[in-house]
Amino acid sequence: MSQFLEISGLCAQIDADGQDKQILRGVDLSIPPGEVHVIMGPNGSGKSTLSYVLAGREEYVVTAGSATFHGQDLLAMEPEERAAAGLFLAFQSPIELPGVNNANFLRTAVNAVRRARGQEELDAVAFLKMAREAAKALSMAPDMLKRNVNVGFSGGEKKRNEVLQMTLLQPTFAILDETDSGLDVDALRIVAEGVNRLRAPTFSALVITHHQKLLDYLVPDRIHVMARGRIILSGGPELARQIDQEGYTKFLAEVA
Amino acid sequence: MPAVTQTREAVEKLGQSSYKWGFETDIEMDMAPKGLNEDIIRLISSRKEEPEWMLEWRLAAYKTWQAMTEPKWAKVTYPPIDYQDAHYYAAPRKKPGPKSLDEVDPELLRTYEKLGIPLHEQAMLAGVEVPEGERMPVAVDAVFDSVSVATTFRKTLEEAGVIFCPISEAVREHPDLVRRYLGTVVPAGDNFYSALNSAVFTDGSFVYVPKGVRCPMELSTYFRINAKNTGQFERTLIVVEEGASVSYLEGCTAPMRDENQLHAAVVELVAMDDASIKYSTVQNWYPGDENGRGGIYNFVTKRGICRGARSKISWTQVETGSAVTWKYPSCILQGEGSVGEFYSVAVTNNRQQADTGTKMIHLGRNTRSTIIAKTISAGHSDSTYRGLVRVQPKASGARNFTQCDSLLIGDQCGAHTVPYIESRNMNARIEHEATTSKISEDQLFYCRQRGLSEEDAVGLIVNGFCRDVLKELPMEFAVEAQKLLQISLEGSVG
Amino acid sequence: MNAFSNSMSGPLALFANRLNTLAGAERQAAAGALARTGLPDRKFEAWKYTALRALGKQDYAAPPAQVDAGTARALLDGVLQPHPAMATLPRVVFVNGRHAPALSILPDGVDLSFFAHDPRFGLQAAPDRDPLVALNTALAEDGLLLRVPAGVDAGHVLLVSLGVAGVAPLSFHPRHAVVVEKDARLRLVCVQAGQGAYLHNPVMDIRVEDGATLEHVTVQAEAAQAISLGTLYAHVGHQGVYDSFVLGLGGQLVRHEVHARLAATRAVVHVNGAQRLGGQQVGDITSVITHAASDCTSRQTVRNVLDGHARGVFQGKVLVERIAQKTDGYQMNQALLLSPDAEIDAKPELEIYADDVRCSHGATVGALDDDQLFYLRSRGIPEQEARQILIDAFLDEAIALVADATAQTFCRAVLAARFAGKGELS
Repeated sequence: MSQFLEISGLCAQIDADGQDKQILRGVDLSIPPGEVHVIMGPNGSGKSTLSYVLAGREEYVVTAGSATFHGQDLLAMEPEERAAAGLFLAFQSPIELPGVNNANFLRTAVNAVRRARGQEELDAVAFLKMAREAAKALSMAPDMLKRNVNVGFSGGEKKRNEVLQMTLLQPTFAILDETDSGLDVDALRIVAEGVNRLRAPTFSALVITHHQKLLDYLVPDRIHVMARGRIILSGGPELARQIDQEGYTKFLAEVA
Repeated sequence: MPAVTQTREAVEKLGQSSYKWGFETDIEMDMAPKGLNEDIIRLISSRKEEPEWMLEWRLAAYKTWQAMTEPKWAKVTYPPIDYQDAHYYAAPRKKPGPKSLDEVDPELLRTYEKLGIPLHEQAMLAGVEVPEGERMPVAVDAVFDSVSVATTFRKTLEEAGVIFCPISEAVREHPDLVRRYLGTVVPAGDNFYSALNSAVFTDGSFVYVPKGVRCPMELSTYFRINAKNTGQFERTLIVVEEGASVSYLEGCTAPMRDENQLHAAVVELVAMDDASIKYSTVQNWYPGDENGRGGIYNFVTKRGICRGARSKISWTQVETGSAVTWKYPSCILQGEGSVGEFYSVAVTNNRQQADTGTKMIHLGRNTRSTIIAKTISAGHSDSTYRGLVRVQPKASGARNFTQCDSLLIGDQCGAHTVPYIESRNMNARIEHEATTSKISEDQLFYCRQRGLSEEDAVGLIVNGFCRDVLKELPMEFAVEAQKLLQISLEGSVG
Repeated sequence: MNAFSNSMSGPLALFANRLNTLAGAERQAAAGALARTGLPDRKFEAWKYTALRALGKQDYAAPPAQVDAGTARALLDGVLQPHPAMATLPRVVFVNGRHAPALSILPDGVDLSFFAHDPRFGLQAAPDRDPLVALNTALAEDGLLLRVPAGVDAGHVLLVSLGVAGVAPLSFHPRHAVVVEKDARLRLVCVQAGQGAYLHNPVMDIRVEDGATLEHVTVQAEAAQAISLGTLYAHVGHQGVYDSFVLGLGGQLVRHEVHARLAATRAVVHVNGAQRLGGQQVGDITSVITHAASDCTSRQTVRNVLDGHARGVFQGKVLVERIAQKTDGYQMNQALLLSPDAEIDAKPELEIYADDVRCSHGATVGALDDDQLFYLRSRGIPEQEARQILIDAFLDEAIALVADATAQTFCRAVLAARFAGKGELS
């Protein structure tokens, strides 16, 4: 059977001040269905870039390699097509949309994805019922649906809002970019619980972090270490604890 | 149901005509020959069965107009207009023509299908919240080319003492009122287009709300240019007496045509002590095609005077149509503590040009004004906010706050901000802020990651950008306006 | 009849006594342009708030050949006196628009010449676009031509203009040009002062080449009856910096008009200013900042304090051309009205044709803040002094933007000398 997510030899660059800057230098990674994988690595190793490339940010130019999702060429798809195909990116810092009502945004997104998946669109009443229930399950304040998307949200509220979107869009593959939020324990727990709730044989997740802390709430199947635009090492959950105790230096030295 | 749908249905119910949105409507027309001269003005006046004073007023305005030249200061360009090459009077014959869907342009039908969205659902999601008891029915006056064809709910209004009728009828039935106020806010010689309008205006609405009356329903006028080569010169006069209030909606459409058509309206508002007037416009005149062919020239003078203490005039406009727009709804804040507001969204796409804004003239003590203007330019269009805030020496304690934001979509358009700030009173406070930017890549990507197409994402972000203005619109209009924004920007991305 | 005599019935008739002495195609073309447009009145959008009617009421004589040396010297000492360090800096002094060698201390390390010997009009200031440039072009006699060679840091140069006139008005129209070559640096301080009735109509053509920096401070302390109408064009190259500030204090009618063009990538322009006016003064700061290349930055902060019957005008346009992506433009204009008869007219303007830009402007108008005033007084500060503290603080936020410490101190000292002990100018 074809793998769920297959990344092979992926290279990508970005235009930085008029110069091409190579960030991914041949990433190989495969994630089977039903598993949670973690990517760790020092700052600047390309972790967030990988998540953006997979989600389709146009500033990143893929120069070599491939990525397939459910056997489809992921890199040929528009960002919204990837979303419809079941890929969800939880942003490291969720974007604010001034003046855009959260409920309206969520419903527009949910119906766009449902339409693309051949499902019936939800009318306002049905949608609001579903959204309110999901929000309640996440202990979100009732007025968060009425507020503007992420505008004036606290860090925790933003994370809850990301998880709410993830719950409603029902992805089969979630990328959680948590590189910089490692110290906010509450925020991490919200994200971890959101992922745990979705765990199923058909759902996988890729969690990006450089802190062991997140893994206290989330039991991963595999750990990958990324450095200089490549996955340099993979292993079981014990690898994360080892890194936490010994730092990256040793691992980087070993592969250098 | 969107107000325009409601309007159309209301009109159709009256059996007055084969009024469809569909665009050109095939009706036998009673039309004056092309051209403008004293005889044409006499003809208009006689068709309207006007009293002598009205004819003289028109002729005086015509003389004034002849001595004037077109204003050139706005940031718009268009070929010279031949004022003799238009019909200045066109009215549907009493018998309506045959009704047929075939006449309807499918492109425009499609557009309006998009407008016919289930309203309540949209409203709920858009966050437009109207308490149950607040919903009011809408009374409609529809102006078809030059003539008012139908006014609804007149009886209910009469019982409340509110006069809402075509201005031509008001000239005959309420001559004292009309004579007392007509031209007092916008004098005939105020500018080139107001002079032209004063000479040849053929219809429009008249509203009079007597002392202490809160108008029991929203009043709405629906303007439509239909006949070819017809100028539309409607004239609206709204007088609200002490302690009274009214909310007035104005909608505009026109058929698609290759040639340009002229629309030069004048609107005058008068608010006495503690009176309040809310005037909302959704302007969707035909903007021309993507190459800039056709479309309406919209040269409009709108001005209100807050004569009384604590009176309030609030203008809200959503401008998505017209090839060229030249329009500055203004407030003269004379009464002590009076309030002027201007909320505007102007969207231009393709080859559209808009030069629009407001004037807030502070004359009285403790007068306050607020200006919120949102400008969106796409395609090859140019959009300018032009606004004046003037504080005269006696306006101690005057306050103004202005916020102008421009959004550019694509690199072939222009967005311009030209405020004029004049203060002659040390105890006045004026604050002005303006920004220009584009939709951020982060926002677009975020929406697309959640499954929205690029076009929908732009629409959503633009609606958010305009939120502060849209929320000022009555609910029916707000929903319609949101949809219009999206339609107007179609094809502007990607 | 040539273009000159044809134009005699127009605005140039006011300057009739001098036309015969001047010749040349450029001057004739300028005279012709001026005859066509006339002096600007309020129908010119760029002159909407500043009428030149006062200018047209009288004839302007050519400056006399001889000026009393003692008078000029006293004026010079007087204007520099608030900050003693100024007196020793290299300077080029013009009296009634003509170079005065006896008063000058010519700078080293720069290339210096004079318009009187080498009349070049430059390419930026076009007579057909601006009537005051036309007037200058028709009548210019002298001016400073200064070139800082590539890579040289020329330090400070003062350009001092003194008007020495009596009751009968005279006029002078100096034509200056400053070039700061590649990677060079100059701190230019222009000082304008005088006595009597005169019209000062300078045009300055500035070129800041790639990587060069020009810090330019102008202190206008013209005579009470003077009319001073200056036009300045600045062209800024790749990574060039034109950092300017004008302090407007003097004259009956003063206009400082700047056209700055960010002509190549990563250029930086600051057009800052402060005005402190009273009596019947009219002070006008007008600027057009044109972003003609990508990745450029412009900043503008202008503060106005208006007392008596004074009228302040601010017109600031930021034009972003289609090519000028990634433009960063910011503009702020603020006015403090101290008297019931003072007036401010402001027109900040954005004209934008590129989409990937961050441009904003703001404007505020108001009186001194009652809460702040009360707070100071509640701490025992007398009202007059409290007002002065708040006024100084308001202006100082603009003066603080002057990077050149010597010029900054000079600006503060000039202000203090003029307003010391006076809460307000009446």
